[in-house]
Amino acid sequence: MSGKTLSRKACSPLLLAACSWAMLSAAPATAEEVVNVYTTREPGLSAPLFEAFTKATGITVNSVFVKDGLAERVKAEGAASPADVLMTVDVGNLLDVVDAGVTQPVETAALTAAVPANLRDPAGNWYALSMRARLVYEAKDVKLANFHYEDLADPKWKGKVCIRSGQHPYNVALTAAYIVHHGEAKTEDWLRGLKANLARKATGGDREGARDILGGICDIAVGNSYYVGLMRSGKGGPDQKKWGEGIDVVLPTFEGGGTHVNVSGAAVAKNAPNKANAIKLLEFAVSPDMQHIYAQQNMEYPILAGAKVDPIIGDLGPLKVDPISLVDIAKARKKASELIDKVGFDN
Amino acid sequence: MSDATFEQNPGTLPGHTSLQLPGTKKVSRLLIGAGAVAGFVLLPVVALVEIALQGSGDLWPHLVESVLPVALGQTLTLLVGVGIATVLMAVPCAWLVATCDFPGRKLLDWALLLPLAVPSYIVAYSYLDVLHPLGPVQSAIRWGLGISSPRGLHLPDVRSVGGCIFVLSCVLYPYVYFSARASFIVQSAAALEVARTLGASRMRTILRIALPLARPAIVAGVTLVLLEALGDIGASEFLGMRTLTVSIYTTWVNRANLPGAAQIALVMLVLVLAVILTERWARHGARYVATGSTRPQAPLHLTGGAGIAAMMFCCLPILLGFVVPVLHLATAAAQRIEFSGFSGGILVETRNSALLALSGTLVALALGSVVAMAQRLTRSPLAVWFARIGGLGYAVPGTVLAIGLLTPLAGFDNAVNRAMTSLFGVSTGLLLSGSGAALVIAYAIRFLTIPIGGLEAGYSKLSLHLDMAARSLGCSQRATVRRIHLPLLRPALATAALMVFVDGMKELPATLLLRPLGVETLATHIYAEAARSTYEDGALAALLIVLVGLAPVILLARVSRAGVPTSTSRSPVSPSPAPDPR
Repeated sequence: MSGKTLSRKACSPLLLAACSWAMLSAAPATAEEVVNVYTTREPGLSAPLFEAFTKATGITVNSVFVKDGLAERVKAEGAASPADVLMTVDVGNLLDVVDAGVTQPVETAALTAAVPANLRDPAGNWYALSMRARLVYEAKDVKLANFHYEDLADPKWKGKVCIRSGQHPYNVALTAAYIVHHGEAKTEDWLRGLKANLARKATGGDREGARDILGGICDIAVGNSYYVGLMRSGKGGPDQKKWGEGIDVVLPTFEGGGTHVNVSGAAVAKNAPNKANAIKLLEFAVSPDMQHIYAQQNMEYPILAGAKVDPIIGDLGPLKVDPISLVDIAKARKKASELIDKVGFDN
Repeated sequence: MSDATFEQNPGTLPGHTSLQLPGTKKVSRLLIGAGAVAGFVLLPVVALVEIALQGSGDLWPHLVESVLPVALGQTLTLLVGVGIATVLMAVPCAWLVATCDFPGRKLLDWALLLPLAVPSYIVAYSYLDVLHPLGPVQSAIRWGLGISSPRGLHLPDVRSVGGCIFVLSCVLYPYVYFSARASFIVQSAAALEVARTLGASRMRTILRIALPLARPAIVAGVTLVLLEALGDIGASEFLGMRTLTVSIYTTWVNRANLPGAAQIALVMLVLVLAVILTERWARHGARYVATGSTRPQAPLHLTGGAGIAAMMFCCLPILLGFVVPVLHLATAAAQRIEFSGFSGGILVETRNSALLALSGTLVALALGSVVAMAQRLTRSPLAVWFARIGGLGYAVPGTVLAIGLLTPLAGFDNAVNRAMTSLFGVSTGLLLSGSGAALVIAYAIRFLTIPIGGLEAGYSKLSLHLDMAARSLGCSQRATVRRIHLPLLRPALATAALMVFVDGMKELPATLLLRPLGVETLATHIYAEAARSTYEDGALAALLIVLVGLAPVILLARVSRAGVPTSTSRSPVSPSPAPDPR
């Protein structure tokens, strides 16, 4: 084969690549109104909100789902960053984004009126948009009553508890809340007790807890409230409906406290090129109709007082939110994460 | 070849440096090019060092006390386990397929490569489903034993060290199979026959001659396997492992300590370099056995029970690494389509995946060629270093590489943007990191070691006499490359291209962090579903990754066999498409 044919052959994929390259960028380059969203929340969950927003305002929403490294990416992009809105789950992640210096404070009457003071940054750097509770799933024949998080370490559950990785943000936050309630020493004991009770490695997702209960691996499992809704609603398919209906759910509380909750939330990016649209999107997300839709999409609790909660979640029972501050929980995260390592929770 | 000793050790050829006499200027330009490629690969590493130097507070005492002992132990267990398992699966299969004839051999020859098309995280998801108490295997066992409740039967969980070794071995063994097979195919019949005539049994011949001759190839394959296993995050994290890579990730994400994560990553990089250098050393010692007699061995005909046994043995890895997970995916995908319909978006994602992988492949191939050619044409020790540095990207876990790339890429973008804004009043935005270019760069850096290694191996089979002949017949350096090297390196180039493409299709961590607004690929789609633990929803996307990767993998098997010199096909030293000296 001569060099000529070789280079001709090499050219065809090159040409193909060049041609299709132009199609890759989905973001239109025209001057229409846009808002760019970087989110760690799975794209399917935010889609209905974005669609409704575009329908109501004519503003196009471009989004990218970045699981980890959202703050690093926006920071690196610096002044030229196209990001307008940063959406994350877990209050710790919200604070990380603020600490990375990539947000800006915004304050509008609509936002402060809708979002309760304990669910937003006093300076306006972030606002919670929805709330989820950390619950306990149980096998149908277990019948827990008046269950406390503290009881998870009770030796009577030895070899009967399923939970995801201790280092997962949901469990780090739960452990951090334990520290806020009881101090480090007691938290370490609790973690050791819970670790001794595990039926399998601390890994997977919360839904696997329900599946493993049904599979006879464990009797109780720790999991978030919305997974129950997602499984039982049938959104996850017939198998998951079986898992969701195969368990009972209890809303545990801390002794002398309430049920541990966390939030999903949003912030306006520091260098937002479309700041006005970003604020519009945030205000839209906390409006009464959208609060119901946004929360229902992921089977969460709305943060707007009076907004409707999905009946599947409502049926789990009344939620008594733990009164300790989210910011205090976030501050205890580092210590919590270290304790989880120290007791070898995930080993 | 009568001059086999010269052929096999071109480094000792007297006066070889005179090769570069006429084209010295171009050659040094090539060296500069190779240096530039090496510098390019070093960008993210330098960025990581910079991040690491920011200081990680009081992290290390904690790491040393309660993280690293476990992480090192589990990493080591995983590597040893996967290393042994892949060799045990791959080497016998490679030997059978390369030197024997038995029912189904032709099919198995390429089918043994199929697991290359399946990402490890997908195999992990599949096996959790298949082996779960509610899954088909345990249900069948319970039915057989007459146990009614899942609580009545407790079998080992796949979410364990053993499970992770199993899953990773099932998808990674093709790397060992691929290189071992190539080595067995070219093994000289003469050496093996001499052993037999001297009275060695067949088994002894295999153990004392065939295996030692194939050792460098096996070690090269195992090195790739170990690097993949070391950098794996998807399957390892999902199955509850606490490896170094998982610890890096945890330190970064859950402790919000990026400098600390970068520090662990750099420590790991040093470990990886040690592995690579050991492999180099092992390969070096055996370099001169690469070619020799071109007469292939006559295949050993296995008939009857032996033939069936050989076939079943070779089927097993394919069954475990490909058939089971893909059947599971196909079932899940069919259920999903029935349940929630077919979304057209997935076609766009398929296009994005293929396009990004293709672009990354082209860039990696171009850069790799520069590095490998610089090594061949300049024979400078510097070029060898550039090649080693060029291969570093594979040694850094994808997530870490992506973090390391963020700063230099976005820094470049911002500099251009500022310059353009101040000079022309035009804002260019994020040229690289706002487009797919960042991803193409990431893929190229991550997988550069594949074309470099492939072309090095290809070049090692081309006698320097070829270059001398071409040059003495008046070919310029450039013409020698174009008319002699490139045509003869075609199989090596094609093999590298196909491997990079398949790896690019599967790549997840860098894609997730660096892709532009509004762009999804099949891998990110699967991840998004898996992140909500609805990975069944990702089944169709997973199936598409496998399907798109299938054709290249099958091609790979054919190209690699075609490229192997035998007496029937063309030998590297007497190329059939002989370049006419004009």
